[in-house]
Amino acid sequence: MEYTITTCNLTKKFGDFTAVDHVNLNIKPGEICAFLGPNGAGKTTAIRMLCGILEPSCGSGSVLGYDLYKDTESIKQNLGYMSQKFSLYQDLNVIENLDFYAGIYSIDKNIRKIRIEEMICLADLQGSELELVVNLSQGFKQRLALACAIISDPEIIFLDEPTSGVSPAVRRSFFNIIQEQAGKGKTIIISTHFMDEAERCGQIAFFNEGKLLALDNPDNLKKEFIRGSLFRIEVDNPVLLLDKISKLPGVKDTSMHGRTLHVTLEEKANVDIITGYSRTIPEAIDPSLEDVFLVLARRRGDQTS
Amino acid sequence: MSRILSVIKKEYIQMRRDRITLALIFMLPLVQMLLFGYAIQTEVKHIPTVVMDQSLSSESRDMIESFSASGYFDVAYTVDSYDAVTASIDSGKAQVGIIIPPDFTRKLQRNESASIQVLVDASDNMVANQAIATANSIGLLKSQEIMVKNMPSSTLPYDVRVRPWYNPDGITAYYMVPAILGIILTMTMVIITALAIVRERELGTLEQLIVTPLKPYELMLGKIIPYIVLGYLQITVALLVASFFFHVPIRGSLLELYFLTLFFITASLGLGLTISNVAQNQTQAFQMAFFVMLPSILLSGFMFPRQAMPKIIYYLSFFIPLTYYLDIIRGIMLKGIGFSYLIGQVTALLVFSLLMLGVSTAKFKKKLG
Repeated sequence: MEYTITTCNLTKKFGDFTAVDHVNLNIKPGEICAFLGPNGAGKTTAIRMLCGILEPSCGSGSVLGYDLYKDTESIKQNLGYMSQKFSLYQDLNVIENLDFYAGIYSIDKNIRKIRIEEMICLADLQGSELELVVNLSQGFKQRLALACAIISDPEIIFLDEPTSGVSPAVRRSFFNIIQEQAGKGKTIIISTHFMDEAERCGQIAFFNEGKLLALDNPDNLKKEFIRGSLFRIEVDNPVLLLDKISKLPGVKDTSMHGRTLHVTLEEKANVDIITGYSRTIPEAIDPSLEDVFLVLARRRGDQTS
Repeated sequence: MSRILSVIKKEYIQMRRDRITLALIFMLPLVQMLLFGYAIQTEVKHIPTVVMDQSLSSESRDMIESFSASGYFDVAYTVDSYDAVTASIDSGKAQVGIIIPPDFTRKLQRNESASIQVLVDASDNMVANQAIATANSIGLLKSQEIMVKNMPSSTLPYDVRVRPWYNPDGITAYYMVPAILGIILTMTMVIITALAIVRERELGTLEQLIVTPLKPYELMLGKIIPYIVLGYLQITVALLVASFFFHVPIRGSLLELYFLTLFFITASLGLGLTISNVAQNQTQAFQMAFFVMLPSILLSGFMFPRQAMPKIIYYLSFFIPLTYYLDIIRGIMLKGIGFSYLIGQVTALLVFSLLMLGVSTAKFKKKLG
């Protein structure tokens, strides 16, 4: 099997609203793919269709070779799912939550105990085994939710905004667990709106308004969408100047980042044309995913208007 | 099987941790049965009565004495004007007024019919019916007494002998307590299960369960089995209260009562689960449960005989599980009958249970949107 997930024109409509619009995905085993995009971009809807809990309106797709329309129960046997709500039982303790999901996935009684131990180690929950979930901090809850989701050792793991509402340090340790899983050959889909998190993923799927704008690794994305040279300039009135600078000849693209502007020039040598607007000397910078996203989102907007 | 057991175990732990709900489940039969068992008396005694005796003779005093001796009328006021009688009843100080006219004794002595006027405040149906029936029978008895005195040799042309079976002393508690037991059981079961699924939907854990291999029927069974056990604990407490405090007999087989109760519990749980699958949140579920419970209490024949209901409502009451359970529990406890007489009721409850559990399993889709 070459791809764990493939879709062809996968679409979901809710009435007149198209939440996911003709999406084509191909994701290989062992890959971490970030679904990146703002709220309402269709990330969650796409994940729910891939999990087999939401029927697509049209298009086709398969997960682990199972059809998204017909074999949803087979998909469920082989996936781990964690939602942004950390769906744990608040009135059960850590062990009881793990034991419940171990039972739901019919993990053999003989290895259940060992498996639970493993999960506690993996999620770094030693010492809190008998603590009720309601008393745990967000970071602990998040790791426990992940442990519950992967207790059955699934081939594919879907994480729907698993890192919203937790601190950067906790996010980092959480990500390490995910990378460990990918190292074992598991396919991981993680939806997020944190660019730095996406940067650490092998693949990024950019979603906006239901459409998949791009799917590639971070470096390729930057190379492909940021052609030219990127400069950062500090300006006094970014709002006013944004429009003015973007209309200058030789300027491909501009975007606002607080009191600074990122300007993409066709030629590095043309830097003089923007020097006059900047309070400091324009600084050449490497493009970030955010720049890529802004370019992509704008390009889409230009097409529709 | 492992999946059902996991759900049962989880429900059990959650139930055990929720001390307040658990306490309520046991206190409910205890407190409510005591409260209602003692409070609900359909036999109305000691009705406050106002008397206006214009005859003031030994015969009139004898008549008034008969009224108060019956135990149903308490002569609270004696007045000497019709207006005063009206005022007493209007103000609610008295619910019955007895007026004996001045010619009462004279008419008796002339062997004419001596009339007494009994005014009854019929704004309270139950009191009025009792007062009217008792007043009429006192009148008949007193007339009989005089006729026998006048013609000692005569016998009454008809001799109707009534023998009230199953509850010869007409003790209200015998009739009410088993019914209250049924109501408490169905109320707890319906409300608890009505919240069962919808609570998980609100907490988001249902979304998690949907992506697991857990099958809808496994979830439903796992949810109801712990509540069946709870239902049995509850009925045990209720039966102990019934026999210790109200001395309600259990004339039939206790084992049979427990066994047949199973069908009533599953019917109630099925109803609750159906509500839980339809409702979007706990508030809705609670309101729906209430919407279903009130008519089932009032129309089941708990207090008001179903025979007296308009035909359409009478047929409606066949869709209420409590209707059948009242037949079962009153039948076994008071009449001492067994399964062979109750096959119809049991079948109805079984059909109801299967239907409801089927509907809720079918309604529970492992899909969103």
